[in-house]
Amino acid sequence: MKNFKQREIEAVREWKALHSGSTPVIYIGAATCGIAAGALDVSERVRAILEKHDIEAHLVHVGCIGPCYLEPLMDIAMPGAPRISYANMTPDLAERIIENQFLRGDPSLDFAIAQFSTNGHDGTARLPDFFDLPMLKSQVRLVLRNCGFIDPENIDHYLANDGYRGIQHAFELGPQAVIDVVRDAGVRGRGGAGFPTHKKWQFCRNAPGEVKYVICNCSEGDPGAFMNRSLIESDPHCVLEGLLIAGYAIGATEGKVYINADYRLAIARLESGIAQMKELGLLGENILGSDFSFDISVKEGAGAFVCGEETALIASVEGRRGMPRSRPPFPAVSGLHAKPTIINNVETLGTLPNILRYGADWYRQFGVKNNHGTKTFSLTGKVRRPGLIEVPLGIPLREIIYGIGGGPWKAFKAVQTGGPSGGCLSEEYLDIPVEYEAMAGAGSIMGSGGMIVLDEDTCIVDLALYFLRFTQAESCGKCAPCRVGTWHMVTLLENMTRGQSKPEDITRLQVLGETVKRASLCGLGQTAPNPTLTTLRHFRAEYLEHAREGYCSAAVCKELVTYHIDPQRCNGCQLCRDVCPTNAITGVRSEVHTIDLERCIKCRACYEVCRYHPQAGNAVVYESARRVMA
Amino acid sequence: MSEDIYQDVFSSFRGEEGELISILLRVQERIGYISEEAVMRISRFLRLSENQVYGVASFFSRFRFDAPGKTSIKVCMGTACHVHGGSLLADAVGWDLGITYGQATPDRRFDFQRANCLGCCTLAPVVEINEQIQSRVLVTKLKETMNRREEF
Repeated sequence: MKNFKQREIEAVREWKALHSGSTPVIYIGAATCGIAAGALDVSERVRAILEKHDIEAHLVHVGCIGPCYLEPLMDIAMPGAPRISYANMTPDLAERIIENQFLRGDPSLDFAIAQFSTNGHDGTARLPDFFDLPMLKSQVRLVLRNCGFIDPENIDHYLANDGYRGIQHAFELGPQAVIDVVRDAGVRGRGGAGFPTHKKWQFCRNAPGEVKYVICNCSEGDPGAFMNRSLIESDPHCVLEGLLIAGYAIGATEGKVYINADYRLAIARLESGIAQMKELGLLGENILGSDFSFDISVKEGAGAFVCGEETALIASVEGRRGMPRSRPPFPAVSGLHAKPTIINNVETLGTLPNILRYGADWYRQFGVKNNHGTKTFSLTGKVRRPGLIEVPLGIPLREIIYGIGGGPWKAFKAVQTGGPSGGCLSEEYLDIPVEYEAMAGAGSIMGSGGMIVLDEDTCIVDLALYFLRFTQAESCGKCAPCRVGTWHMVTLLENMTRGQSKPEDITRLQVLGETVKRASLCGLGQTAPNPTLTTLRHFRAEYLEHAREGYCSAAVCKELVTYHIDPQRCNGCQLCRDVCPTNAITGVRSEVHTIDLERCIKCRACYEVCRYHPQAGNAVVYESARRVMA
Repeated sequence: MSEDIYQDVFSSFRGEEGELISILLRVQERIGYISEEAVMRISRFLRLSENQVYGVASFFSRFRFDAPGKTSIKVCMGTACHVHGGSLLADAVGWDLGITYGQATPDRRFDFQRANCLGCCTLAPVVEINEQIQSRVLVTKLKETMNRREEF
């Protein structure tokens, strides 16, 4: 305990030295999204430049700060000046900026997008504050507060930012009082269902037994969601501290983080985080001098969407096929190895340190009645500013999509939340607040945080088919409604996208969907029809167009689309002819070309070349034609 | 030689049933897939039936049972990639290589997989070639890359 206090003081001193010392600091956002955009190449070059010119500077790899469309981000903080952010870095540009800054004293403000005035420096009037950028202005960052600021692999950075204060306060309160604080704060599970966290904990705490488990659910199997992974990559200790708090509250002996094996970087950071915790006495016997003993291990999953379901997750942790079982008994009474087990989402755990640190009242100031606090979303799809965001509950959907995301480039069509278990909401629902009840009332769900914006180029039927194919493939096959029902729904939808269905099929689809929803055993089957059912509710006209007229207004469904060349525009450049894989395009140079529809496989190569090549005339069009009913 | 690999993998485990998935993951990392021999050895190590081991391995999408091709091509099928036209890319790769996803070319040079989500939704649509993410891929751009396949 004494050592720990000492370490805390040192950590704060080190943090201050980094931020107001005489050495410049260069931050590079190197979470998975940054790396995919090329952050490591930038970092490599920066390191080489610093060495070449013998410049003394700290190079810190931080996590993801959120606005993924600006990746890779490089920030430079000179002594006595604010931290300045440069976006969309390439190695060459980074080299130029570093050389300008360090050799010529010119901060290259033309390339900068924002500054952080938080560290007490005045900065320049030319740059906006980072948190005043349109994407960040309406955000409230509580869970993500450290992301992009601390080095995720350095526990001292976390300690210097009030890290592990939450668990210390929990020890002062005692386990039951911790549950009461969480109850007062009104925390609801961030995995999507919104079940009050304290209730689950109370069941588990009251359940008899010496051995209890707490599992952190980072299965995150739904496509298009990366909030949990980003949080672990950018601030692993906040999740680990949350796990410790949950374990203490329910009287658990062991914690496990169930994480998708694909998340290599996140797993590495968790493992190094756990090792650091052990070193500081934050894990093991009598943590920080209390009577609480706890251990955490990482358990890898192998990519099954159904393992997000509690009982399936437990089966998978036990080394069996990840199939759900019927409840009760609930895991809180009989879970892992038949012992009382709590399973909490990454984000739920990530909010706990803050609540224990600053109290329930502080937490309740965010959000609205019965929906307190914040929620992270991965905002993607057809928006101008995609990224990882955190908003207070109760914020209107419109504010997220247009205010934070900047809206779609083309006309807005729908927003999809909750991934394969969620639904699509049309324009008229954009003013509903983001709350568990309001979202459910509109037919969608809050979900774990995937939010995908769709524009007029997205076909709703195709999207419903996409989600259903996914759940059908991921269905474990245990219960018939889900195994057989989803298969038939996929077939109906496939026929629809091929223009081979009748209007009656829409009713059949709906009845089938309702049946699967009602009769399935677990959450996967019960929610699998949601994307189809909600789109049937809000976009029925589009289904009718497909079924009745074989018409896809978005021109997405391949079988309903034909490609042809506009003779008015075609300049005979022959580019499309060269790129066509099936030689379907014929024509001599400088004369109008034609596409042989028999041969065309609709790969879109000719369209792209005609649309984007400077020599081409933008003449290739693809469109769907209405079929006249006989 | 292969004996050593298994010994090496098993040495960091205690031999409990709960470790099955972790062992399968480690074995696949080392030899690229779950072979019949792997199923047999794991079943002996954990004292489970071969059926049980294969049953778990075949449940999870991550495990594969044939040797992977040398160059791995993964087309992301996440929602964001899908709405940006990811399925056209999957088709294009398939036509180019003459195989469908989940397969390797007969000469084992190329391996074509779909990924549920590679987690870089903001760069959609993406294709991963040998662990390198190609972002905002167009059909024509992908074809150019595939035409340079000798370099891979």
